[in-house]
Amino acid sequence: MQATRDFSHYVRDLGSGLSHIDLAVEGVSCAGCMSKIERGLSAIPDVTLARVNLTDRRVALEWKQGALDPAGFIDRLAELGYRAYPFETVRAEAVEADNSRFLLRCLGVAAFATMNVMMLSIPVWSGNAGDMIPEQRDFFHWLSALIALPAAAYAGQPFFRSAFRALRTRNVNMDVPISIGVALALAMSVVETLRHAEHTYFDAAIMLLTFLLVGRYLDQSMRLKTRAFAGNLAALKAETATRLVGVGEICEVPVAAIQPGDIVLLRPGERCAVDGTVIEGRSEIDQSLITGETLYATAEHGTAVYAGSLNISGTLRVRVSAASEGTLLAEITRLLDNALQARSRYVRLADRASRLYAPVVHATALLTIIGWALMGATWHDAIVTGIAVLIITCPCALGLAIPTVQTVASGAMFRAGVLLNSGDSIERLAEVDHIIFDKTGTLTLPELDVVNSASVPKDVFDLAGRLALASHHPVAAAVARASNAKSPLAGIVELPGQGVRGLVDGEEVRLGRPSFCGADELANEILSLDPEVSVVAFRRGAACHVFAVRQRVRPDAQTVVSSLRARGIAIEILSGDRESAVRSAAEMLGINEWRAGVTPADKIARIEDLKRLGFKVMMVGDGLNDAPALAAAHVSMSPISAAHLSQATADLVFLGKPLAPVVAAIDFSCKALHLMRQNLWLAVGYNLLAVPIAVSGVVTPLIAAAAMSGSSLLVMLNALRARRGAHWRR
Amino acid sequence: MEVLVILVPLALGLGLVGLLGFLWSLKSGQYDDLEGAAWRAIADDEPVREKPAPER
Repeated sequence: MQATRDFSHYVRDLGSGLSHIDLAVEGVSCAGCMSKIERGLSAIPDVTLARVNLTDRRVALEWKQGALDPAGFIDRLAELGYRAYPFETVRAEAVEADNSRFLLRCLGVAAFATMNVMMLSIPVWSGNAGDMIPEQRDFFHWLSALIALPAAAYAGQPFFRSAFRALRTRNVNMDVPISIGVALALAMSVVETLRHAEHTYFDAAIMLLTFLLVGRYLDQSMRLKTRAFAGNLAALKAETATRLVGVGEICEVPVAAIQPGDIVLLRPGERCAVDGTVIEGRSEIDQSLITGETLYATAEHGTAVYAGSLNISGTLRVRVSAASEGTLLAEITRLLDNALQARSRYVRLADRASRLYAPVVHATALLTIIGWALMGATWHDAIVTGIAVLIITCPCALGLAIPTVQTVASGAMFRAGVLLNSGDSIERLAEVDHIIFDKTGTLTLPELDVVNSASVPKDVFDLAGRLALASHHPVAAAVARASNAKSPLAGIVELPGQGVRGLVDGEEVRLGRPSFCGADELANEILSLDPEVSVVAFRRGAACHVFAVRQRVRPDAQTVVSSLRARGIAIEILSGDRESAVRSAAEMLGINEWRAGVTPADKIARIEDLKRLGFKVMMVGDGLNDAPALAAAHVSMSPISAAHLSQATADLVFLGKPLAPVVAAIDFSCKALHLMRQNLWLAVGYNLLAVPIAVSGVVTPLIAAAAMSGSSLLVMLNALRARRGAHWRR
Repeated sequence: MEVLVILVPLALGLGLVGLLGFLWSLKSGQYDDLEGAAWRAIADDEPVREKPAPER
């Protein structure tokens, strides 16, 4: 049965007879790729637009409706040497993109206003010292107001909204003092202009917004970049399901197009992409991504299967169920909800700082007003001085102190192969002193690997690999992968549940169960040495070899464990797998603390225990069963191969085979937290210098502008140091 | 100083043109692919599509 590919789910109808599709493309890295792809695709008749986005690594395609099949584009890109897959913008990414564009628009307006107001302010500053007549000054002030007021009303929206949200929930964040400061500065300046006064602060208020918007925009675009990258990775996994359309007719469709109630076919060697119940067939399934258990489970009529299960031997028909219908999934969802509620209690460093900062600054301003009034100044002068204090302390540097470091640090982590799901995870990660690892798929690689390849002759290995290409069985696939086999042999027959066989140079070759190849003795010998491996036998004529296959520990796991220890972090393993498997991995890595056969609820209980003892726990796991624990831990991390739910729950996701990104992420976060604190102290130091000047009432707009830009630049430059994170410890 | 009556609106007008230009470029998606745009500037021109020659 040859399945047809149906990508109609991703095709958008643009009206006017055109269709549109977005493809995520792997390996586009330079201008050469860009023009190669665009030319290659434009050459197809009826294609009206082919445009590569090099930042997001995507291609947008438009063509005359009904003229072409989208699957053809993917084949064409494959011919050009690029792997591509249709891509659907997830809501989260669309929201980030809108936000980013809005911030850029605000920044444009604020920057325009700042430049023009400055152009008017500088003549006033120099004119005040020289011979400017009051009417001219008033004229310039009115012009400044004309520019600054609408600009601030527009460009200040991100701050005003966020401040309003915080105040409504009876909280204080950094945007509250910012909004108050800007609003008061503008209001006072208008009043002062009406009174024909010498000083106004239109320039300071709008410049403050510009600087802060730069910080916000950088932060936002880094987040957007991470989201886009994660979206591409998700798309390039190319998760499809084989849907039964009619009697004996099948169609390969993207998972997003599958509805509850559909019946999908799950063939041997395929990973299930949906949750559902088996309605026909019998097979063994590997549920290690769900439960951490590496022993195969039996699936038959009525068995619940989850997305991520790997089908081993027989073909299954699965009826797709709605989300969280299965008992295991419902239990995990319940635990996850509880854990997520508990997690929102963490207060970010920026908010902690503003909780201290806002009352102190506002009290100082109030005391200044009262003090000056008591000393006999007019109420007007007292209030003007009080507002000058607010303007000069307006948390320009404070508002930039943390986002700029976060942006630089997350950029550095991105290059080290770590994606951030949440911005404040950097702070939490820096505090970690206890790490819990899951075993299956986290300390070990998710794919099977041949462990005794050194003891098998090279030519035998190569031949076995080519033979293995004919089988879908995961163990055979491991042999094929390990031998780097590319060209399959011709005329191979697969005997379900036994293995494959064929003829090479007139000799019979077989690959499969030891009994199928008559290699039971050899297999038992290997199994008695290491009971955790799976064995697959190979026979050519009379010669017999047995491959031992297992999930291999990540190549640098040992180094990572010891370098984490060197940083004073305790390590333990909590796994859903059986005891013997966990013990061997723990012994190999020299980890003394380990528990096997742990349920999701047990994992949470262990984390809660550690929390009560005062530990800051990081959970690193990939399975569906780890998801609640990932949410319960202080901070959490998942490999990119993790189950969807776990990946979405984890604070950080790391790419690739090595475990080293875990260490790199910790190092970058420690450095970042250090710099955030340093930046906060810089901002405080600046205030200690500036506040006495403001309180004494000698501040001019020129001093305010200079102080504000000076402290902002200092903080931004200091944040750049977060690029180099390694080798630093609290 | 009467020249201010011309100069100030002129300066503001020019600034406003710049701002509108920026907003237009933002809306037309010119900031969506900053990396690609950098390369496109130095790329060779796209080959012109073959069209039937216009009749005289």
